[in-house]
Amino acid sequence: MQKKALTGAGASAEAMRQINPDVVAAYPITPQTPIMETFAKFVNDGKVSTELIRVESEHSAMSAVIGASSAGARAMTATSSVGLALMFEVVNAASGMRLPITMPVVNRALSSPINIHCDHSDTMACRDAGWIQLYSENAQEAYDNMFLAQKLSEHPEILLPTMIMQDGFITSHSVEPVEVLDDETAKSFIGSYNPEHSLLLSKKPVTFGALQLFDYFFETKRQQELAMDNVWRFYYSIADELTQLTGRQYPLAEPYHTEDAEVILVALNSAASTIKAVVNKLRKQGKKAGLLKIRLFRPFPYSEVSQHLQKVKSVGVFDRSYSFGANSPLLSEIISSLFGLEQAPKVQGYIFGLGGRDLLEADIEKAFEELFQGKTSFEKKYLGLRG
Amino acid sequence: MMNLFDFAKKAHKLLPGHRSCAGCPAPIVARAILSATDDEVVVSNATGCLEVVTTIYPQSSWNIPFIHNTFENAAATISGVETAYRSLKKSGRINQNRKIRFVAFGGDGGTYDIGLQSLSAALERGHTFTYVCYDNEGYMNTGGQRSSATPIGANTTTDPVGEVRVGKQESRKDLMKIVAAHHIPYAAQASLSNWPDLLKKAQKALSTEGPSFLLVLSPCVAVWKIKPDMAVELSRLAVDTCFWPLYEIEDGKFRLNFDPAGNKLPIAEFLKHQGRYKHLLEPKNKKLLDRLQAEVDHEFEKIKKLSEIGISVF
Repeated sequence: MQKKALTGAGASAEAMRQINPDVVAAYPITPQTPIMETFAKFVNDGKVSTELIRVESEHSAMSAVIGASSAGARAMTATSSVGLALMFEVVNAASGMRLPITMPVVNRALSSPINIHCDHSDTMACRDAGWIQLYSENAQEAYDNMFLAQKLSEHPEILLPTMIMQDGFITSHSVEPVEVLDDETAKSFIGSYNPEHSLLLSKKPVTFGALQLFDYFFETKRQQELAMDNVWRFYYSIADELTQLTGRQYPLAEPYHTEDAEVILVALNSAASTIKAVVNKLRKQGKKAGLLKIRLFRPFPYSEVSQHLQKVKSVGVFDRSYSFGANSPLLSEIISSLFGLEQAPKVQGYIFGLGGRDLLEADIEKAFEELFQGKTSFEKKYLGLRG
Repeated sequence: MMNLFDFAKKAHKLLPGHRSCAGCPAPIVARAILSATDDEVVVSNATGCLEVVTTIYPQSSWNIPFIHNTFENAAATISGVETAYRSLKKSGRINQNRKIRFVAFGGDGGTYDIGLQSLSAALERGHTFTYVCYDNEGYMNTGGQRSSATPIGANTTTDPVGEVRVGKQESRKDLMKIVAAHHIPYAAQASLSNWPDLLKKAQKALSTEGPSFLLVLSPCVAVWKIKPDMAVELSRLAVDTCFWPLYEIEDGKFRLNFDPAGNKLPIAEFLKHQGRYKHLLEPKNKKLLDRLQAEVDHEFEKIKKLSEIGISVF
């Protein structure tokens, strides 16, 4: 293991280099992240044996990757923002065909207005698309999660695609020290991919993407859901195996000073780092503040979340996206996690950081302050919003 | 060249028992083209009639590996399969001696319209694959909506014959020349009515290194409103009226494969069997009919001339 100075995007590309997929297809939309640019350099420098398809759209990127994966190849792409939105149709086709495609996604706002900076509206729009979703606090997690993703996706009892998130610019373009596995260790952890059914490797011809009407469709979708359930069964054995190599822990929901906490904030991705800094500060002042960071958003770890949150006074949920006209995506899951508890904590939703608006420590302190005072409501509250 | 007797005895890649309409030529076209190679073949198919009727779960008529992804991405999908083939061969997971051909099928909706971008890019990237468009001149799987392959004057559900607008007013998109503009090694227009010509073109396409393209007319029994035994006859009339010229563009050179010359029939001979053109033969719509005839004549003469000149347009 060695330490490298990498951006989040560089860390994802480094993991891709070590995974050395058979096929990658990608498109440089508005613009593509440095993940693909870094990886394309690896391809052209002969650092990987991957065949790279330089497609004309994100829709075709996912389409080609579906073709490659169904053929029996280990296949990946990467995207961001409106690129993910454009490929939405085929994002669903990938999970429906049970193809273990992995895709790093750099979280950025959806148009309109056109923006390019960080929020989670892109991947939250895909939360019901049948993909496993892993969120990453920093470059190190963006790197580690790539390996978890590959093993989860390709597990024969799971066979679902995974998207691996990191925050646009905040993580993707910031240089951090990242502990990188030796190439050989990474390679042996990932192992080889030998699908039971494929277009090119199966002895008998296989039909992918058949038509199913009211007589079979429902059962097929139910199988997809059972595969999602299997993530619970196999996640920790895969995560523990990675821990053996890295020494780092990969809880589904990571607690930070939650044991005796009175107030816990819940967040995804890089906001967790900023909240940790505030928790440290408040703890020094003797205030019982804590954080619960969600790593796995799909499937959602309801029982783990519930265990961590059930004893606190109040919970603040930080969402970096809207579900317009409804509870925002993370808030909605947290409320579900707590539903039915005899003494459920009070919950307050906060919307922050849309379109790359900074999340300031002062905003977080303000939220903690309100929650310590027990001020919660069903109204959405905003951090960093003018007016 | 394989004759019809040999063809009947062949182990077919698309098997009977599918659910196409009686008299539908699309599966015949697919089966004929796939019979033109003895190599292994993998098929990708755009959403559409051919896909729907051949893959109703839990059955499949495909005796070869097959993938249907979505409507607009048959070309992108097969490009992924073909790239996987090269990659797996490189890494030794596919035997070096295995030779596999890659074929994408799409209707005109999935090719001229929603799939054009994906097709264009796959042609530009130069994958070795054959794209076959079976052209029934509209969205027939969903009841006959207008596509950019629908000819002038046709009655469609999204551009019907009305009081002030008499069906489609725009010309067909010239897909052959759009495809040729990608400077691919081989593109050909063919018809089921000329079996040896179709087979020869399929053999050429399926032995081309790089992209190849076949455009085959596929008269739709249900929406063209023709008798179920008329599809091949309609294909013949399309050729004899010069509505559907048989020609190739090989390394940029046009070659007209059939010229009815003195036996050329007026376009009305092709139209009169079709319910979708019933109105077009009424005297009040003569202007529209004349426009269609003029366009057919012009296009044919152009192909003929390009064929005579014999220089590459690339």
